[in-house]
Amino acid sequence: MFRNNYDGDTVTFSPTGRLFQVEYALEAIKQGSVTVGVRSKKHAVLVALKRNADELSSYQKKIIKCDEHMGLSLAGLAPDGRVLSNFLRQQCNYSSLVYNRKLALEKAGHLLSDKAQKNTQSYGGRPYGVGLLLAGCDNSGPHILEFQPSGNTLEIYGTAIGARSQGAKTYLERSLDEFTQLEDADALIAVAVEALKHCLKDETLSTKNLSIAVVGPDKPFTVLDGEAVSAYL
Amino acid sequence: MASTIASEYSNEVKNVPIEHQFNPYSDNGGTILGIAGEDFAVLAGDTRHTTDYSINSRYEPKVFDCGDNILMSANGFAADGVALVKRFRNSLKWYHFDHNDKKLSLQSAARSIQHLLYGKRFFPYYVHTMIAGLDEEGKGAIYSFDPVGSYEREQCSAGGAAAPLIMPFLDNQVNFKNQYQPDSQGTKRRDKKYLNIDEVIKLVRDAFTSATERHIHVGDGLEILIVTKEGVRTEYYDLKKD
Amino acid sequence: MNHDPFQWGRPSDDVYGAYNSKIANASPYPSMNTQQPIVTGTSVISMKYDKGVIIAADNLGAYGSLLRFTNVERLFPVGENTVVGVSGDISDMQHIEHLLDEMQIENNYDNQYADDEEALRPSNVFEYLANVMYNRRSKMNPLWNAIIVAGLENGKPFLRYVNLLGVTYSSPTLATGFGAHLAVPLLRKVVDKEEDAAKTSLETAKKTVEECMKVLYYRDARSSRKYSVAILDNDKGLVFEKGVQVEDMVWGFAKDIRGYGTQKV
Repeated sequence: MFRNNYDGDTVTFSPTGRLFQVEYALEAIKQGSVTVGVRSKKHAVLVALKRNADELSSYQKKIIKCDEHMGLSLAGLAPDGRVLSNFLRQQCNYSSLVYNRKLALEKAGHLLSDKAQKNTQSYGGRPYGVGLLLAGCDNSGPHILEFQPSGNTLEIYGTAIGARSQGAKTYLERSLDEFTQLEDADALIAVAVEALKHCLKDETLSTKNLSIAVVGPDKPFTVLDGEAVSAYL
Repeated sequence: MASTIASEYSNEVKNVPIEHQFNPYSDNGGTILGIAGEDFAVLAGDTRHTTDYSINSRYEPKVFDCGDNILMSANGFAADGVALVKRFRNSLKWYHFDHNDKKLSLQSAARSIQHLLYGKRFFPYYVHTMIAGLDEEGKGAIYSFDPVGSYEREQCSAGGAAAPLIMPFLDNQVNFKNQYQPDSQGTKRRDKKYLNIDEVIKLVRDAFTSATERHIHVGDGLEILIVTKEGVRTEYYDLKKD
Repeated sequence: MNHDPFQWGRPSDDVYGAYNSKIANASPYPSMNTQQPIVTGTSVISMKYDKGVIIAADNLGAYGSLLRFTNVERLFPVGENTVVGVSGDISDMQHIEHLLDEMQIENNYDNQYADDEEALRPSNVFEYLANVMYNRRSKMNPLWNAIIVAGLENGKPFLRYVNLLGVTYSSPTLATGFGAHLAVPLLRKVVDKEEDAAKTSLETAKKTVEECMKVLYYRDARSSRKYSVAILDNDKGLVFEKGVQVEDMVWGFAKDIRGYGTQKV
């Protein structure tokens, strides 16, 4: 029978020039629950659908604050996300201690890329099994970045990662011209929540499974959970 | 002694090399004062910054709001003071990360600062440190530290250059030391009571105007940070600039 | 019992004989770091005015009392909004210059906003230098300098000082070394409080700094006539003037001074 001989490690190319382990890592993101990120000229917003293993269990945290001006949401392996968010916290902290400066989103993206890329080129390791949406507001304004375990980090107006995320992406593509012009943070959150609804199958959004984060020039990165999100349902 | 040239300085010629050593400390003057009330606390400091006889700055704040209703000041060698406050603020930030934004209590802040100070027991932060805030019952509290971390909760305390001038005044005016009831022939102490915020601010201003008169390293401006359950507010008063 | 703390925990000489440093290839002395500056630059002076900040330093590198190097630049622009003025040891200054270069390279790499929003600001440059200075002093291996960082940040003047101990402070007028004693009183006559700076024109600021450089040249033996001035102005941007000279001095009295010098009578 056919068996793939080129997916045992991350350092070996297949004859067609592919790194299967890296591609599998990208698959892990699609297993995770969906998260959406959008930005206007003023704000950046993350929303995420939280999952619980069963009715007795708590919901997995999806949005993590890294600094007053930056945070991320994740889809995929949560423990890997924790490692990366810890790393970003340290980098933000270093920037503020040594340079009295917010770490720029672009710099943060490159730091993550470099860290993830190392795993794709060293034997015995594995790529991170998590995708991240980075949201923040630095000196050049609000930004959303999409990070992938391959080491790709792209800046984007709006995107979604995780299970059935295509629905949200299609919705955002259609409303791009409107939401990028929004002045109001709440209106932008409403767009993100609406996009998230396009990814639902069996679930319905509730105060239990919706998580929201918003950041702006004079609004520190704030995560809303539980009752705080009821206004946006 | 091997001296070949007869000179009036010959008695100053040393037969051992003179040792020079880099001194990593300096004294940047200034003074701080903390008073706790029933439901508030104040931490005040002058804004003059000195080295030797020079006034480096007339306005260099040294009392800080660290968040979680904690005020902090570290007076003495300014570089160490700044470094210590920076380290405490940073540990507070990570405390929030690691404990889901839980508020740090004042007594925990005090213990944490002890460890920051004692961690440099053999190359100390050359500062008198004070923090102010509310305790877990909502009562005003001051904690003061020596340079290597031994600390105590107090009703009031003074630190820095003019501490010896201010402390006895505080003993008398806050804790009513040596005050007796008029008709008791010095047998019954005056009853203790909490001072209200206006009385405390008056005391602080008097303490600093007097210290400014008698101490060259104190003056220019007075910054008072007041913490209540509503939060932190700041008041500024000019002091003499001479 | 030997009560000298330096001997605690060491093999006792009566039992083991004197310590032979040759065996361990050890230096007979403890390791030593900088204990004094060698070639030095004297004062840096600076002040704020209504639309920016002005900073000046002369071009001398003195070797003790020998005026050894006469063309040393001690003002360093960092980007468009910052100038760093350094006094003290010149070799340490050149190390700091190198650090500032590296800092700019690091900032501009992978930074599409490096020319505007994410350009280095004076407070970024200052914080970095202050950390370098404090960390070096904490290793008992100081950079023997006093530094003033001058700049414009969000349209407002920035001025802050740091020295070999890591001590930092801000004031609308700042000077290092001799300047702290001779120039600061003159500068404060013009600008004492932050509000005074807002009422002072560039012209006044320039004249004041010129006057201070003259007084310093008169009275500081390790100063030179030639100096540099940098101005960071909200309208004009960074103006760097090199090779400025102290003018209009009065030396007529010098020929009448007796008692020392070369004259016989």
